[in-house]
Amino acid sequence: MLDKTIASLAEAVQDVPDGATLLVGGFGASGIPTELLCALLDQGARELTVVNNNGGNGPIGLSQLFLAGRVRKLICSFARSANPAQPSAAAFAEVYRAGKIELECVPQGIMVERMRAAAAGLGPFFSPVGYGSQLAAGKETRVIDGRGYVLEQPLPGDYALVKAFEADRWGNLTYRYAGRNFGPVMCMAARTAVVQVDRIVPLGSMPPEQVMTPGIFVKRVVQVARGDRA
Amino acid sequence: MSHYRPLTREQLAQRIANDLPDGSYVNLGIGMPTRLARCLPQDRDIILHSENGILGMGPGGDEIVDPDLINASKEPITLIPGASICDHVVSFTMMRGGHIDITVLGAYQVSADGDLANWDTGTPDAIPAVGGAMDLAVGAREVWVMMEHTSKKREPKIVPRCTLPLTGERVVDRIYSDLARIDVTPQGLLVRAMVPGLDADTLQALTAAPLRFDEPLAVLSA
Repeated sequence: MLDKTIASLAEAVQDVPDGATLLVGGFGASGIPTELLCALLDQGARELTVVNNNGGNGPIGLSQLFLAGRVRKLICSFARSANPAQPSAAAFAEVYRAGKIELECVPQGIMVERMRAAAAGLGPFFSPVGYGSQLAAGKETRVIDGRGYVLEQPLPGDYALVKAFEADRWGNLTYRYAGRNFGPVMCMAARTAVVQVDRIVPLGSMPPEQVMTPGIFVKRVVQVARGDRA
Repeated sequence: MSHYRPLTREQLAQRIANDLPDGSYVNLGIGMPTRLARCLPQDRDIILHSENGILGMGPGGDEIVDPDLINASKEPITLIPGASICDHVVSFTMMRGGHIDITVLGAYQVSADGDLANWDTGTPDAIPAVGGAMDLAVGAREVWVMMEHTSKKREPKIVPRCTLPLTGERVVDRIYSDLARIDVTPQGLLVRAMVPGLDADTLQALTAAPLRFDEPLAVLSA
């Protein structure tokens, strides 16, 4: 019997090794797997490379991993606090300015497409995004039919940590509204996608055409109980 | 000395919103352009896109409608009837693949060739953060810039060549400032409209790149 449900958050992340590359979902406060990140903090893995759109979102979750010195490198499109009045990425700024973390700033859509390339079995690809800018520095470029392109590398993950809405025991997923954001591509691009959900539902209860991530891309699902809420 | 009054941000937002065609798909950049969402003409279908997978975004408010309904600036928003939600792969396919008709972006500098600098102020200790700006700049069918004509230090923001880090080369189609609407053409910058009372010499003095002036020149107003 195929059953991807995991009983606890701790079990869901227990084998993440030091040095792993983690694809972490979420955009702003929406779709962040905060409880899985807290479980990873307790688990203790170090020297992590984290791929996330933002430099944390408030004091809980990624920010704790930054402050605890667990993250060696962040691959990110927007590591700054969007609103200086609510500094969501303050912990990252502190660690970055102290020289304790490496930052690779990537255009958001290129971060996505590099993961998609890895997920879809593709190699490097040419993109016009960032051509002529400092984010293209050190990358191969080529002019094709008069347009400049930058060669971008696939971005696979060892693990994905994703938040979805509902899952069944095969790992089929739905997401709430814009909480979907990076979830589908990160599940596809990681060898082991670990997904926290609000609800685990019986197999066969999801309308097939409404499944947003087919279970083949998901290894583990864990339901976040009310007491687990970060 | 000419006597003129720059448009307020509200007036400028209203003017740009009035220029959006019926049936267009539009992405509003973070910062000043998000104001357009509140002043779209009611007699047209204008479909707003937000990079986090929302097509058919309604105006935002200060109250959180749903924690999973936010815009690119992470502010709470609503959906309009006919809205759809997608993931980031599909959302950036819309942005990069020429499916968005118009994006309205803020800018630090725009060059005479339409080069855009809007992601990095060049301050030494700034943390680099590009978001979706570069994807939009190369991928939207038209890039409109919304900005104040000069910086807070009264320095020109329309320049012969950008000195700040570039977002994209030759990507801007038109500039709406609080003083003028200027199109980027193969022959250089063409002023299409100015606020009442402003004369050509005064506008040129506030602009570091050479300007040509359309005849007749339209009035820039809300």
